[in-house]
Amino acid sequence: MAYTLLGKDFTPPDVRAKVTGSAKYTEDFRAEGMAFCKLLLSPAPHARVTNVDVSAVLEMEGVLGVLQASELRAPPPPVEPALTDEPLFVGQPILAVAAENETIASDALDAITYDLEPLPFTVDPLEALYPGGPSARQDGNAAVVNYGNTVVETRHWTAQDFAAAGDGQLPTGEPNMEWSYGDVDQALADAALVLDESFVTAGLAHHSMEPRTTMAYWENGKCHLHGSVQSQSFSMPILAGMLGMEQEDIVFVSEYCGGGFGSKAVPFPSMAIPVNLSRKIGRPVMMRLTRHEEYYLGLARTGMQGRIRLGFNADGRVTAADLFLIQENGPHAGFPNLTGAAAGVSAMYQPESMRFRGVGVFTNTPPRMAQRGPGYNEMSAAIEPLIDKAARELDLDRLAIRMINAPGEGATVGPQRTPLTSAFLPEALTMAAEQFNWEERKALSGQRNGSKVTGVGVGLAYHPAGNNGFDGLVRLTPEGKLHIHTGVGNLGTYSHSATSRVAAEVLKCDWADCIIERGDSRRHLPHNQGQFGSNTSFTMSRTNYVAAMDAVAKLKEIAAMDLGGSPGDYDIGGHRVFARDDESKFLTYPDAAARAIELGGKFSGEEAPEDINPTTQMAVAGLAGTGLIGVARDNIELNGQPAAHVAGCAQVELDVETGLVEVVDYAAAVDCGTVVHPMSLATQTKGGAVMGIGMARYERHIYDRQNGLPGNIGFHQAKPPSYLDVPAEMQTGAVDMPDPENPVGIKGMGEPVMGAGLAAVLNAISDAMGGHVFNRTPVTTDMIVNALAGQEQSHGPLDVNTA
Amino acid sequence: MSKDMMRAFELYQPDSVENAVELLGRFGADGWAMAGGNDTLDWFKDRVKYAGSVVDLSGVEGLSGIRETADGVEIGAMTTLTEIEASPLIQERYSVLADSARRVASPQIRNTGTIGGNVAQDTRCWYYRYGVDCYRAGGNSCYADTPQGQNREHCLWGADRCIAVTPSDTAPALVVLDARMAIVNADGEREVPAEEFFIGPEIDIERMTVLEPGDLLTAIRIPNDWAGAQFYFEKVADRNTWDFPLVNIASAMFVEGGAVSRIRMAAGAVECVPRRLSVVEEIVTGSAPDEETAALAGQAAVRGATPFNYNHFKIPLLENLVKRAIRDS
Repeated sequence: MAYTLLGKDFTPPDVRAKVTGSAKYTEDFRAEGMAFCKLLLSPAPHARVTNVDVSAVLEMEGVLGVLQASELRAPPPPVEPALTDEPLFVGQPILAVAAENETIASDALDAITYDLEPLPFTVDPLEALYPGGPSARQDGNAAVVNYGNTVVETRHWTAQDFAAAGDGQLPTGEPNMEWSYGDVDQALADAALVLDESFVTAGLAHHSMEPRTTMAYWENGKCHLHGSVQSQSFSMPILAGMLGMEQEDIVFVSEYCGGGFGSKAVPFPSMAIPVNLSRKIGRPVMMRLTRHEEYYLGLARTGMQGRIRLGFNADGRVTAADLFLIQENGPHAGFPNLTGAAAGVSAMYQPESMRFRGVGVFTNTPPRMAQRGPGYNEMSAAIEPLIDKAARELDLDRLAIRMINAPGEGATVGPQRTPLTSAFLPEALTMAAEQFNWEERKALSGQRNGSKVTGVGVGLAYHPAGNNGFDGLVRLTPEGKLHIHTGVGNLGTYSHSATSRVAAEVLKCDWADCIIERGDSRRHLPHNQGQFGSNTSFTMSRTNYVAAMDAVAKLKEIAAMDLGGSPGDYDIGGHRVFARDDESKFLTYPDAAARAIELGGKFSGEEAPEDINPTTQMAVAGLAGTGLIGVARDNIELNGQPAAHVAGCAQVELDVETGLVEVVDYAAAVDCGTVVHPMSLATQTKGGAVMGIGMARYERHIYDRQNGLPGNIGFHQAKPPSYLDVPAEMQTGAVDMPDPENPVGIKGMGEPVMGAGLAAVLNAISDAMGGHVFNRTPVTTDMIVNALAGQEQSHGPLDVNTA
Repeated sequence: MSKDMMRAFELYQPDSVENAVELLGRFGADGWAMAGGNDTLDWFKDRVKYAGSVVDLSGVEGLSGIRETADGVEIGAMTTLTEIEASPLIQERYSVLADSARRVASPQIRNTGTIGGNVAQDTRCWYYRYGVDCYRAGGNSCYADTPQGQNREHCLWGADRCIAVTPSDTAPALVVLDARMAIVNADGEREVPAEEFFIGPEIDIERMTVLEPGDLLTAIRIPNDWAGAQFYFEKVADRNTWDFPLVNIASAMFVEGGAVSRIRMAAGAVECVPRRLSVVEEIVTGSAPDEETAALAGQAAVRGATPFNYNHFKIPLLENLVKRAIRDS
């Protein structure tokens, strides 16, 4: 279908501010009388804090107050508290000091005395599961991980479980979550090839460029909160719950967010600190988190120890997948990467039978949160190299074995075998291979040039890509503007604007006459899905569609009322609603908006639909009488699971003398439905690949096991890839096949673009080394040197948090 | 615990070497000479180290610039790494130094980082930088040298309570060039060969160089002896920028009549000091710099290397880098 706006590049309204530096991030705001606060962080991985003496601090000039854990609402365990007297990881905040400036606050921290009573700790999930093993928490060592409802339990496997695993293989004791379909054991017994491999994917930091700074002040009983959160209106009820306040008493400003990658998907515990300190000392409080602090408490991707048995028939079709995962969950509620991982395997390879078993284990490491493709991308890292291994053993082309398993028409996901709304991975694979010239490039495999060997690889990734049931809100004003109120946050993808263009498309409005209202709860923003899970494009294109359709219906009703006939006789175009059979009968949008205000009721937002969310009800009430209001809940049917798929191809040059790997080329193709914003799509596809290269090659948590100390608490230690570590040019493309469950065909794509790059690079490295070598990410230079020298690796095959 | 917030200190900004030396002499152990500030401010912000009196050298006249002298080249200690990598004189005569400077950190850091600061910087052992009470910090243990210590970046030689390594990329190049370090204090100036400038824990566990309180490194003088040699520098790090070496190698070699007539070679990040590979020099001298010689040199270079739990990869890596230095320079 031809669109006027969708599929065209445009300049998002916030770009200029970002480029010129005038964009105001949280740290840039000031409030009259603003104080600063600093955090006393735990130096121990697990301890009880006693005998805290702040008396000397309160006497210091410039110190304004101290906030301790006992003064805050304690969330139900294992949810992370903002402050604690029993820190569960190095760097967990114990208390906060407010002062005139940060130097005084830091000096005050040095003057606080307290005792630390050490408690058992662990940075190793397998040790925690071993009989008598250390427990990261006093109330249990293991977690049934569910988002928002993680359950703490005590779970130790038997020594026999460990002994039965065999050398280097993951023990598989009793899981605390599982599902299956089909007869996996029979399928494995019948398989032409069975791979049984254990693997590790390392936990790693999000390292958002903007640390999670928060500023808060109180005015007339309302709390004004500036924060760096990915999601705007989705944050409101969460903030209200976290702070124990009514939503209408919170003003939340988050116009810009300097990166989150999932770690700022929703409001985070430390936001409560300046809010409560401000209330306590009666002054605005700015809490700037430093880079170190961001590494301590800025959340992280879970680590995985896994084992998979994959059964293949002679054609390469995956007949069975038997997946067992141990998720290193940090010490708090965490995020269910392992269930995403299992769903991902089922979607990526469409196995004829599958069993998933898993267990979450607490460790005294940073709290975990979703990171781009949580669980799904770990499976791209762990399983994609095994697909290559199977291809070699079955003498199949690496592209062909993927094609035979790739989700297409009739594809399903998960234990219920939920249909995917659309799946065009075969088309994406074909496109990526053509861009990359796979047929010719694969001949380069293993080619030696001096000390360098060429490797080529292909990698796949999957992620759910949409949701439904949220609200849309638009407003036509007598000034002739279409205000698109969006609760979409600003995590850097411009999806706030891209999805808003759907409303403009439906209303046939010139983009120049559209104003995007966002980033500040005072701008009357509807209840929208949060900006995570690759779902903004699908979900909020639907909400903007239904809101705009509601506005269209109201325009036609008003026209019929004023000009005669029935609404069905009217159409829209050129900022007018006109009679289809007599275009001289029309109302301009400004006139119709003025009429809506006169008419009141549903037309101007005096009345609102009953099925919209309370957040949207408030927004509509705030806008009532200011124009023609289009507002609706997305009640469009949703049959199946929207799904995004990506295929990527990479070429590397691996130096066999130094272990260095240069990624020289990368091409990716995305199945994301109708392309809504080509430039952003290309940017995200490339940026995702860069993040994938980081996970493939460099990034991982390192912990000193004896003391529980984190080894990488800075950019240069955590090693996100630099410009010089990624290809100068990358090719991107999209299959551009509309999704039938979205009125304009759009699906998300933000997450699997990372997984495809990650897997393609890992597979290209294996290819350069002559076959499958590592069941581990990242594949670091020292690992490559050791492997090429025929030396054992420094780490054991299942070790985590090590170099 | 790191706090990213400096304590207050007195800042002195002398404009002459004489004034700088007077200030450093006056403050002694409570004084701190600051060049580009890249190392200094990290320590201060983390509140791991502190000095009440900081002497900022950026305004000291005569400490910056590259000058040709009668017997070589003199580089002011405050010359930035960017200036060194871009200097036609250095590129022409001592390209190994330009190449090593080019691989330091990132362009932004090289713009502010100085050659003096690069050679005088402290070790990057993550435990020590974290602020633990290790031997080097005046304590009585080494956190890296434990059965589970994360010592991937640590030494292969010279462990003596501390197992940290030199992080400098320019240091091995300066050792290879037989550079002289000009040090001024209240007693006047002395020259120390680069090879002796760097010291290991067996000499002083709390210092990386011979510089003591009151000393000021003013210049690095490179003699003509190795000008125009066949040079080689290579650094292997995880990332291609903003990373410290896993191992680096520098060499200078003259070949006459198909055989190596003179050679100096040094490796970084394998010992607390740049490791002069004298045994390689001995083996290689008189031989053709071919694959066979290179292989022998590589084997010789790693004899006696004693790895820890996470760094034995450095042995084949160093062996290969030595091979490349002979074969490819």
